[in-house]
Amino acid sequence: MNTNLQTPEAMRAALFEILHNFAPEADLNSLPADAPIREYLDIDSLDAFNILVQVHKRFGIEIPESDYGKLVTLNNIISYLTK
Amino acid sequence: MCQGPDASLWWLKMRICPNLTNYDEVREKFRWSDIEDELQSGRPVDELQRFNIGYFMIDRHCNLGRGDRQALRCRDSRGGTRVFTYLDLQQSANRFGNILRKFAVDNGESVFLLLGRVPELYFSVVGALRAGCVVSPLFSAFGQEPIFNRMKQTKARVLVTTPELYTKKVLPIRERLKDLKLVLLVSESGVYTIPENCHDYSSEMSAASSEYRIADTTRNDLALMHFTSGTTGTPKGAMHVHGAALMHYMTGRYALDLHTDDIFWCTADPGWVTGTSYGIIAPLMHGVTSVVDEGDFDPERWYKILQDEKITVWYTAPTAIRMLMRAGAEIPKKFDLSNLRFIASVGEPLNPEAIHWGKRVLGLPIHDNWWQSETGGIMIANYPAMNIKPGSMGKPLPGVEAVIVDRESQDTIKILTEPGKTGELALKSGWPSMFRGYLNQEDRYKKCFVGELYLSGDLAMRDQDGYFWFVGRMDDVIKSAGHLVGPFEVESVLMEHPAVAEAGVIGKPDAIALETLKAFVSLKPGFEASDALRLEILGHARKRLGPVIAPKEIEFLANLPKTRSGKIMRRLLKARELGLPEGDLSSLETAL
Repeated sequence: MNTNLQTPEAMRAALFEILHNFAPEADLNSLPADAPIREYLDIDSLDAFNILVQVHKRFGIEIPESDYGKLVTLNNIISYLTK
Repeated sequence: MCQGPDASLWWLKMRICPNLTNYDEVREKFRWSDIEDELQSGRPVDELQRFNIGYFMIDRHCNLGRGDRQALRCRDSRGGTRVFTYLDLQQSANRFGNILRKFAVDNGESVFLLLGRVPELYFSVVGALRAGCVVSPLFSAFGQEPIFNRMKQTKARVLVTTPELYTKKVLPIRERLKDLKLVLLVSESGVYTIPENCHDYSSEMSAASSEYRIADTTRNDLALMHFTSGTTGTPKGAMHVHGAALMHYMTGRYALDLHTDDIFWCTADPGWVTGTSYGIIAPLMHGVTSVVDEGDFDPERWYKILQDEKITVWYTAPTAIRMLMRAGAEIPKKFDLSNLRFIASVGEPLNPEAIHWGKRVLGLPIHDNWWQSETGGIMIANYPAMNIKPGSMGKPLPGVEAVIVDRESQDTIKILTEPGKTGELALKSGWPSMFRGYLNQEDRYKKCFVGELYLSGDLAMRDQDGYFWFVGRMDDVIKSAGHLVGPFEVESVLMEHPAVAEAGVIGKPDAIALETLKAFVSLKPGFEASDALRLEILGHARKRLGPVIAPKEIEFLANLPKTRSGKIMRRLLKARELGLPEGDLSSLETAL
């Protein structure tokens, strides 16, 4: 895992950077940590897939496609990455 | 002002009553024979079988005592203006006809024009039509190969061009054009050395008699050839007959709302079908005055022409409108555009933003209409006395039946009667300006028809009020994640962003979604391409269109490749994106 991304804050900031590229119109600071990201930010399936591809690249963590369904909220993703 | 029974109708306030005020009634009562009767009225019975577009453009007016009306006001690029009446045109066309006779050019042989918007273009087109020749205008910006391809396919007999264009573009291919027997050169200055195997236009005209008898053509004789670029392969020559005149006349009346006293300006290049059908033929058939501007696009000068020439009806193209929009709303404020009565646009669907801009800045909405090289004349239009639905192409002309179909196989189709369904736009065949073939490509022609329907290759939708909406070319339509997306819709939204000048959207192959949308965008002056701006535009598109229809990718380009008629060449953008061969680019406007 990328050593600069160990704290939840840093992870959150990195995730926001990725999300901003897909939904630049969204106010990410108002995104609740436990809200389903796709619904909240109006992300279609294709973008959702590509977001996770970016997460994998950025964090250096393998995310099998079978796990995609578990990664719904910010909290889901952060805990998945820290496990 | 118009007079009418129902004062609540908004168009009654118009200065001049539109020609088409009751769409349904006119459509119902419409008969092509009435148009023909009107055009033929006053001719001796034994003349009626002779049918020639050139006659209706010039001689009819002269015979009716209207020959001294101004036909053309030609503005040259040096600031001068030359005026020609219908009688002047008749004399010049007669002389041109006699030149063709002198050089033994026969009925049915082809005459090519490689000229800008100069008076000689008009003399030659009318003269050649009256001689029974097949007229084919080319873009003067064409390079050697596109000129060669078109002239070779057509077995070109005659070429009218300038010494400069001849030396640069024709001389290198002359030897390969075995059928070319007469080259006439129009020189601006008159001072040049006539190249070998060429003749000076002006000297030949002076030497030719101004007495001439129009050739014995009929409705079904070939008159015009318009080349149109296909998705693949060489350009197709769409062939048109003299009978098309009925369509030019009828659409001039209803779609362009031409009235006898109008001053009309069609900005299209003569190399494009609009520049012929509506830059030359329709206005002359109506006996109006056409302003002909030799110069290139320049916003300030264009507004000045509208003002100084007191243009009443203006027919232009989306590219020009977008360029005027880009130039800003301050320039038109300096000019008096109060004579303008009607503005129409053709070439590519007009974005709603442009229609609103027209109303705001020019004081008039812009009326979009739809047709193709193959249809020879306007088929579907927004009329003056009809509410415009911005972004719609309008309703079919009287005498034109349009339907939406689903092509089930090569020879079977299903007509989609339910409003709102997207399918291929088809026209019931038999309108007078329907193309009669693609030159030397009978199979390609046959493939355009199923039963009595001509299939346009354009995707469209008809709404519950009978308005047609362009969705895209069959081959431009993007299938993304199970959705059918028309690029025009996406481009229109992108163009609403204040930084965006033009946009072209393509489908980029995608392993998951089949295709994803990629937008190519050019920016207005004062905006710099940056990642932040790219994201801002993407956010705007997502907000307006939702995630599925919004582009996934946006790339900035300084200019988008366009055809001469102003269509953004999505096909080329796509070919470049995929690294594929770019095909025939001869109708490109922008340098690559």
